[in-house]
Amino acid sequence: MASPIFTGVDIGASRTKVTILDPQKNLIGRAEKKSGTDFSDTAVSCLESALKMANRSRTDIVKTVSTGYGRNNVTFSDRTKTEIGCHAKGCYFHFPKAITVIDIGGQDNKVIKLDEKGNRISFKMNRKCAAGTGAFLEEMSMRLDIPLEDMDSLARKATEQVELGSYCTVFSATEVLEKIRQGKKVPDIVKGLYLSVIKRLLEMDALGDTVVMSGGVVAYNPYLVKMVEERIGREVLVPDFPQYSGAFGAALFAMEGGI
Amino acid sequence: MADQKTIKRKTFECSGKLKQVMADHFLELDRASQSGDSKIAWCSSVGPAELLRGMGFLVYYPENHGAMLGASRMAADVIPYANAEGYSPDICSYLTSDIGAFLQEKTPLTKAYNISAVPRPDVLVFNTNQCRDVKDWFAWYSRHFNVPLVGVHTYREIGEIGYDQIKEIAKQIEDLIPDLEAAGGAKFDMDRFKEAVGLSKKTSQLWRACLETASAVPSPWTFFDATIHMAPAVVARGTQAGVDYYEILLKELKGRIKGGIAAIEGEKHRLYWEGMPIWGKLRALSEQLSGLKACVVASTYCNTWIYEQLDSAKPFESMAQAYTELFIVRDEAYKEQYIQECHDLYQFDGIIFHDAKTCPNNSNNRYGMPERLRGNTGVPALIINGDLNDLRCYSEEQTKTNIEAFIEQLEEGMV
Repeated sequence: MASPIFTGVDIGASRTKVTILDPQKNLIGRAEKKSGTDFSDTAVSCLESALKMANRSRTDIVKTVSTGYGRNNVTFSDRTKTEIGCHAKGCYFHFPKAITVIDIGGQDNKVIKLDEKGNRISFKMNRKCAAGTGAFLEEMSMRLDIPLEDMDSLARKATEQVELGSYCTVFSATEVLEKIRQGKKVPDIVKGLYLSVIKRLLEMDALGDTVVMSGGVVAYNPYLVKMVEERIGREVLVPDFPQYSGAFGAALFAMEGGI
Repeated sequence: MADQKTIKRKTFECSGKLKQVMADHFLELDRASQSGDSKIAWCSSVGPAELLRGMGFLVYYPENHGAMLGASRMAADVIPYANAEGYSPDICSYLTSDIGAFLQEKTPLTKAYNISAVPRPDVLVFNTNQCRDVKDWFAWYSRHFNVPLVGVHTYREIGEIGYDQIKEIAKQIEDLIPDLEAAGGAKFDMDRFKEAVGLSKKTSQLWRACLETASAVPSPWTFFDATIHMAPAVVARGTQAGVDYYEILLKELKGRIKGGIAAIEGEKHRLYWEGMPIWGKLRALSEQLSGLKACVVASTYCNTWIYEQLDSAKPFESMAQAYTELFIVRDEAYKEQYIQECHDLYQFDGIIFHDAKTCPNNSNNRYGMPERLRGNTGVPALIINGDLNDLRCYSEEQTKTNIEAFIEQLEEGMV
């Protein structure tokens, strides 16, 4: 008989992620895809892909915990937890000490402070506006007519600092047009966009000594992490597969329910 | 996890009486508005109502109407009409929803009491102790109806309040008399005025007693209940009806405590609400928090209508004191101390700060208070972004997640 497995499902505003852990807390299966318009279907589809990767079947699943905006849409979930709790749990597993977690999601950012035991001391989410989130970068990639996945390599080629001052995504887009008119190079503008994201993050809360970053934006824009390190003057820790931190935390919560 | 089920608020036996008090209030105003038999003063909610009562005016409170527009979710439809008249979406949404509704000839009074329009004012009386917006709000109506606008300009951001300040405010209140007489009020009668002050004080004392029943564990009621039951403390202060109502409510609350009746079955978390209610989301928030076994036991907002300083032996001075010593008028140090004292009384284990987009004066998270309170008391705080009336400024999903995560955090602290 196959050993039991535990599943975490994170239905985010942008993408859905599923993780599968074995009883030793090893990540043996994972899958992600766009959340789309049918969260339930997307969750099932991701689950099947993750099970395939883990070479397991649904009958091996002991417990499933869902999180994220669509957490209540997961038909096979045993219970829900907030994404704040799950990201904290997932990151603390990798870095078990007092940490400040910065999660950059598709539609919101979180700054979560944990004590040395992993308990939450405080958390803050961005205000309603999309500035500083994945949605901001998506919007800007469309404005600049460059693929989202090319932004990281472009930002690395920047030679000049371009500052974007506005809080607002729409106003930032106007600023970007202004920079284009001024003849600024695209890599410099992209790095300026990253800098804008970082400024929005750093104004959310004061950071503790040890900073961990997670989320899809971090996974696909690792240069942004390097820029944060330069900005705060110290190393930033990033877990493996940072886009799966929430789903990983959810699977850990599933395991806490017992085998 | 935070166990979440949707639970409705328990109803109060005195709810029928509450409805009657409010119906009497609005129907009397409507009759007067149509017949002209009595003069009507519009008054800001913490304005000099006792003086108006003492001069025979019927008193109408536009902020109460604003709250009704919010609670009935009419506000979002009518705010844009005031915006289009040049009243910014960033200023008080009581103001914009009230003026917008007036422009559209809509009022929640129609559905509630079959009243077609708000009562026509003979005079508009404000106190800027809450904000400047009340004055600008009333000024619009003053121009529209061509009736006088008078009021009290208070001090702001004060710590210790000196005798000279009280004296000066008292003088401003007294100086209103000639204008009010000219606007059709009865000739000033000191005895009638003192009677109104005395009744207001009694109403306040009873209202405080009602609120403080929530210090019981479990609490017999929640902030969400209190936001409904506070209506007579606003509109019927200075009248016997207000006193009578709170005697009944207090008896019921005490009965709940005696009978071990909790507002939230299995009360697990006790919270404090700082800032304005989100009127259009009272039910949703109440049900979410009930489902999480969290009882909001106290609030600065409901405490605002406690004016125990009132003293019929020195009516002007005591009114000045009551309306200047308000939380909203005070400096950060006072406010911080006030919430700490509430913590001592109500023993809450978390604070929800509502950062209301259009109400900066009543959004006390903006100058570092949550962080300082946490440092001083160890009580964690959650800040939610929203608004009293303008639900365009509110993200339901984000707020729900924030509240759920906050309760998860409190539960982690209990392990």
